[in-house]
Amino acid sequence: MSYITALKCRECGQDYPVEPLHVCETCFGPLEVVYDYARIRSAISHKLIESRARNLWRYRELLPVDNEPDVGPSSGFTPLLHAKRLGAELGLKRLYIKDDTVNHPTLSYKDRVVSVSITKAQEFGFTTVSCASTGNLATAVASHAARAGLKCYIFMPEGVESGKIVGSAIYGAKVITIRGNYDDVNRLCSEIADKYGWAFVNINLRPYYTEGAKTFGFEIAEQLGWKLPDNVVIPTAGGTILPKVAKAFKELKDVGLVRGGAPKIHSAQAAGSAPVIHALHKGTDLISPVKPNTIAKSIAIGNPADGYYVLGAVRESGGWGEMATDEEIVDAIKLLARTEGIFAEPAGGTTLAVTLKLIGQGRIHTDESVVVSITGNGYKTLEAVSQAVEQPFVIEARLKDFDALFERLSDGKRLAGAA
Amino acid sequence: MSVRVRVPTPLRRFTAGNGEVAAAGASIKDVINDLESRHPGMRDRLLDEKGEIRRFVNIYLNGDDVRFLDQLNSAVKDGDDISIVPAIAGGR
Repeated sequence: MSYITALKCRECGQDYPVEPLHVCETCFGPLEVVYDYARIRSAISHKLIESRARNLWRYRELLPVDNEPDVGPSSGFTPLLHAKRLGAELGLKRLYIKDDTVNHPTLSYKDRVVSVSITKAQEFGFTTVSCASTGNLATAVASHAARAGLKCYIFMPEGVESGKIVGSAIYGAKVITIRGNYDDVNRLCSEIADKYGWAFVNINLRPYYTEGAKTFGFEIAEQLGWKLPDNVVIPTAGGTILPKVAKAFKELKDVGLVRGGAPKIHSAQAAGSAPVIHALHKGTDLISPVKPNTIAKSIAIGNPADGYYVLGAVRESGGWGEMATDEEIVDAIKLLARTEGIFAEPAGGTTLAVTLKLIGQGRIHTDESVVVSITGNGYKTLEAVSQAVEQPFVIEARLKDFDALFERLSDGKRLAGAA
Repeated sequence: MSVRVRVPTPLRRFTAGNGEVAAAGASIKDVINDLESRHPGMRDRLLDEKGEIRRFVNIYLNGDDVRFLDQLNSAVKDGDDISIVPAIAGGR
């Protein structure tokens, strides 16, 4: 049973039917799903949600689907980890990692939005799905499309990490790389969507796709015992997830699942692709596009479609935003791995590096709770850190060779336990 | 200067359903004015009350976002390729 009543333009308020539409014909503004919150409020409860399988569909009343979904049975409900060792280094007692490095099946937060959009593509009767992607979305679409038995075309900018190409092609998707950056890919795909009539999950299904990102926020609240944190730090690329987490928190209040709490929502960008942070710091709504140049390829979007809404959500929440250099990003990836055993992609390093800055600036107080959003897995982006880790030591298979090495590694100290 | 302009779905009701139309002009602004004279109603969809490109409209001249060029004053040559694309898309 669906609780959606229409699509509505976020800018001019014009109503549209529930169809594969994403742009207002009048003002080109983005369309958004409208729900019947009064009916949802009477249908939903903590008990109902907690009785369901541990995946993103436990919040199905607040998602734009009609039927019982069978896409993404293992997507969502990732760990919210109380990061005690990292917290001790930063002087925070209540530091949490929302860990989508282990989201299933493709190890990034994209499994959430794609579960929703592929479900919707099936409901609309599409047989081919596609996406413009910097990589994580590609692997998610390819995997979910395979399981749903849909044809799949993936478009990425040239130069994305090899894991993302192999990780898409393996599922049988046709992978096309474009000589250009993500924004060029996006422009081409808008034109292809128009001409070929395919379901582009992040273009003509975008109003449904973006709703899937709310589950990241729903889970944070549920996993904190139906409470909202004081701070959430979220990476910003195209600008999907941050405003949707803000929306998730608001919806939970509107339907009576949480009371109180006013989280500050902070945006994190890589210094080489920070158009939203530049606008935030300048105090303007005008986002000047940039040509991205950063190792954080998954968030290298120079012309963010929803950047304007990121600014709105951050400001309304009393949050802030910062950017991290490539060096700071790599250091933060290593810090998270060393203290919490989580290997994040550069977007995650960006988010943690920015969290450190916000603590340093006093914008996040050490007595507050903080959720750091880690949205993708480092095993897909080995290139970004392969030169920043200690290289392996090569020895013969002889004990005395190892003894000599171990002595050297132990700074030449006499080895305890060695004869 | 004669150019080809690619038109996205939301604007095709002004172009009798055509996804590509001809236009003329020496700058992007001229081309938009010419489009308006051939397909009345299009200018208001592309430009806001102040005459600036709407927030959710991207215009590409030979593949480059005109915001990186000289905005509405970007110079247009004979045979150039112009694309109008809604900004709302994407997500990694």
